[in-house]
Formats: sequence, structure tokens, C-alpha cells
Amino acid sequence: MPEIKSTPLIVVGVYLAALLVFSILNTRRRQGTSSEYFVASRSIGPFLLLMSVFGTTMTAFALVGSTGKAFDRGIGVYGLMASMSGIVHSLVFFLVGIRLWAIGKRFNFVTQIQFFRERFQSNALGYLLFPVLVGLVIPYLLIGVVGAGAVVKGIAGVPPWITGLVVCLVVLSYILTGGVRAAALANAVQTIVFMLVGLLAFYLISDKLGGVEQATQNVVENAPHLLSREGTIGELQFLTYAFVPLSVGMFPHLFQHWLTARSAKTFRMTCVAHPIFIMIVWAPCVLIGIWAAGIGIEAPGGNSNAVLAKMVGSQLKDPFISGLLLAGILAAIMSSLDSQFVCLGTIFTHDIVVHAKGEDHFSEKQLVSLGRGFIIVIVAITYVLSLFPPPNVFDLAVWCFSGFGSLFPLVFAAIYWKRVTAAGAIACVIVTGATWLWLFYDGLIAPTMSGEGGGEDYLIAGMMPVTIMFAASAVTIVLVSLMTQPPPRHVVDRFFDSKG
Amino acid sequence: MKQVAWGFVVVLTILHFDFWYWGDRSLWFGFVPVGLGFQVLISLFAGIAWALVIKFAWPTHIEEWAEQPVEKAEEDLVDIDA
Repeated sequence: MPEIKSTPLIVVGVYLAALLVFSILNTRRRQGTSSEYFVASRSIGPFLLLMSVFGTTMTAFALVGSTGKAFDRGIGVYGLMASMSGIVHSLVFFLVGIRLWAIGKRFNFVTQIQFFRERFQSNALGYLLFPVLVGLVIPYLLIGVVGAGAVVKGIAGVPPWITGLVVCLVVLSYILTGGVRAAALANAVQTIVFMLVGLLAFYLISDKLGGVEQATQNVVENAPHLLSREGTIGELQFLTYAFVPLSVGMFPHLFQHWLTARSAKTFRMTCVAHPIFIMIVWAPCVLIGIWAAGIGIEAPGGNSNAVLAKMVGSQLKDPFISGLLLAGILAAIMSSLDSQFVCLGTIFTHDIVVHAKGEDHFSEKQLVSLGRGFIIVIVAITYVLSLFPPPNVFDLAVWCFSGFGSLFPLVFAAIYWKRVTAAGAIACVIVTGATWLWLFYDGLIAPTMSGEGGGEDYLIAGMMPVTIMFAASAVTIVLVSLMTQPPPRHVVDRFFDSKG
Repeated sequence: MKQVAWGFVVVLTILHFDFWYWGDRSLWFGFVPVGLGFQVLISLFAGIAWALVIKFAWPTHIEEWAEQPVEKAEEDLVDIDA
């Protein structure tokens, strides 16, 4: 059992306590209405929206995974995952987010499924989407809890079951008090923390390596293949990875954050700053990853996700700095977990219970209590699942994003194509789900079961598997819609702005 | 200007696929690999591109549509359980 280091844990403890106090103090005076709890009374301003959207989209993968991937694959990781996301995420916020905000405000929607149900006049679609969306979010939650456990174990020697429990309880404490507003406020703090910590780690590590030029010179001498994409990332892989960031259009937790916006103008800051924020986080981490290879850091057991912790441990040897780094990584993880927990609680409350019983059946207070109850159940399930972590947990992230990205044609058609039909939408979800399951089994489950997992990326004819899923999804929704009766005009027109 | 702003986004998307730097291991400023530096520039220009889109291609009418009286919007909703 690794030795438990107290200084980093004290730093993390102080950070978590401060976060809790900040979040609870800033949300406790708010009204206890369901609108406040689930969509922050649609009153979130530009800065908080930016920080909550950015904090939610950046998981543990942003700090830990980016460094590890760069250690394995070199600088191409930035173009693959960061710069394309900067373009595509803002595109989706502009083309999809603003429109969904407007539709959500107009019809007082709270969840994504409510929108799809009404847009396609189909209960069946709602019930079909429910397990698909929840099924894709749960592994995403697991990535956070398991990732937190692994990092804290690596740096401070704490067993993962304790870290998982603490992280779940802290997040639970503030979201039970303040719902989505608490998640947004906490995200603002946590986003600032993990961005600053990333920059601090970059500065201190480069300084310790003899400056940025010397650090890169080590790579030139010892791992030159990491300085370009040749031999580490395929051209078609690079091209088709562009489908993955489309996932933000279908993330149910992001949909909920969009609905919290005070006005459409609130999105402006998010669209502009998001690509730059991604750069601020990813560029230093990618450089740290290749510098680690340059000085011959070895990934324990081939697990490159431990590279950032190893670099900090071997280069800085300062327990206080290690504690800061830990706090930064946990901030990145918790800023995604909180939104996902609130979102799943909201989906269960509105799309299952309220939908079945009718909204008039519940008082405002009962709705909030229901949401809280479901959140507790989801946190408990996530925690129990995290005690049996799957191998290659970060590989799950790309599969989750691919699943959501493949459903992008559904949301795009729903807001831009009047001819799309309920049958087309249902067929699209079924075909996408089936394709995802088939490729997920072939690409991750089967190799893991046979002990061959964890090596090369799973590609199909050199392309990311999301390409096949996206194509299947898009072709299905178009063909089935064209083959079925167009929806009544008066039903569809309600969702389209006549001037737009 | 609307077309110029969107054109800028399209150009950046095309430039992102910088296959001309695929095997280039040279460094900018002595420490930034060219393939990384170029992509960092793409990120920075993406911020500028989106600022232009927001300035010149903003959907001005959407707030008015979203802010319509709730009664009107609710009347529009069809009861799918009926």
C-alpha cells in the first residue's frame, strides 16, 4: 500500500471546504422553486455561462488525459482534440445552443427529452431517448470518479474508494442545496482553479527542466517522433476526429446549462472565449506530455494517464505544489460531475415521474425534493459502479463522446429541417444505438476481454468509428423521414421562428 | 460582412487540416513544434472568427421570438397524450 502524504491532502481538504462554503453561501438565499433548482430561473449571465459550459465540457481528460495522450502520440493530440473542438464547440453553441435556449424559454422546457417529445409529438421517442442518454452519461460520470481516485492515489497514496466517496459527497452537498445554480457557481471557481493550476504546473516544470527551450531540446534528442504527427496519428483519423466534438450538441447536461442563460446574448462570451480557453488548458498539458517523454519518464504499467502526476512528483518534489495540482485536477473532474448529476436528477424527475403523473400532481417543493432524491440515487449508483472500475477508463470518454456526436443529426434536423418525422427520429436513435453497441463491443469490450486492449486506437479503414455511426445516423434520419408522412405544418411551425 | 465572417470560420476549418506540416519537426521560437504552434494559432483565430460571426451574423430576432408571452407559446403546444 502506498504511503499516504498529508500535505497534499491538507491542500485538497482546504480547497474542497472553501468550495463548499462558497457554493452553499451563494445559493442558500435563493427561492426553492423548481425553476430555480433545475434551470437557475433562466437568469445566468455571460461570465457564469462561459465558466459553467467550459468547466462542464472539460473533464479529467483535459489535464490528465491530454498530458498522457501527448506522451504517447505527441503534439498531434492538440490538433486532434483541442483546436478542432475550439471551432466545432462554438459552432454548435451558436447554431444549436442559442436556438435550443430560445425554444426552451418559449415553451418552458427543462430537459432535452421534453423538447424532442414535443417537437416530434412522440412519447415513444422520449422513452427511447431516456435510456440512451442516461446510458451514455453514466460511463462519463464513471470517468470522473474513477479518474479522481487514480490521480489521488498516484500523488497522495489515498485508496480510490475514499477519494470517490469524498468527491461524491462534496459535489452532492452543494448541488442538493442549490441545484444547477450551485453547479454553475462551483464550475466558475473550479474552472479558474484548474486553468491556473495547469499554467502553474507548466511554468514550474519548464523551469525545473532548464527552461522551455531545453525541455523541448530533450524531446528533439530522445523522442523526436513526438514533435510531428507522422507515424503517431493517421491522416484520416485526424480528419474524421472532427465528428467527435459535435457531441456537445447532444450532451443533456450542456442542454440544461444552455437553458439557464438569461438571454441569447449571454452566449456571445461563451462562443468567443471557449476556443481560447481550450488553448490555455491544452497547449501547456501537451507540451508537458512530450517533455515527459523527452526526459525518459516511464508510464507505470503502460498507463500514460499517470504521466502528469509523475512529472510533478519527479520534477517538483514539493508536497504543497502536488496538493495544488491535485486540487486542480479534482476541480476539472468535479466541474463536470456536478452538472451531470443535476442533469440526470432533472431527467428522472421531469421525463419519467412528472411525465407519467402530470405536472399538476406535484407542488414546487415536491418537484425539487424529487430531483434531490434522484440525484442521491444516481450518485450512489455511480459510486458503487466506480468501485469496480473498467480498464482503460479514459478510452471510455471518446466512446461516450462518439455516441453523443453520432446523435447530432437528430438535434440538427429537429431545429433546422421541418420535413423530419418522428419515424425518422426514432429510426435514427435505434440505428445509432445499435451501431454504437456493435462498434463499442468490437473496439473495446472484445479486445479487453481477450486481454488485447489498451494498445492502438480502434480505427475503421483508418477512420474514427464515430464516422460510421454519424453516417448511419444521418442517412437513417434523412431516408426514413423522406419515406414517411410529413408532420402537420401547424405542429412543426411552432418550433421555427418565421424570420429565421 | 456576414458572409466574410462565416467564410473566416470555413477557412480556419480547412486550415486546421494542415497536412503540409504532417512530418515537419521544426521548432518555432526554439521550443514550440511547428505542428503545435500552427494549431494554437488556429485556436486563437477561432476566437476572433466567432467574435466576427457574433458581430455580423447574430440572429437578432431570436430573443423577441423566445420572449413571446408564455400564454401564446403554451397555446401552441399540442397535448401529445390527448
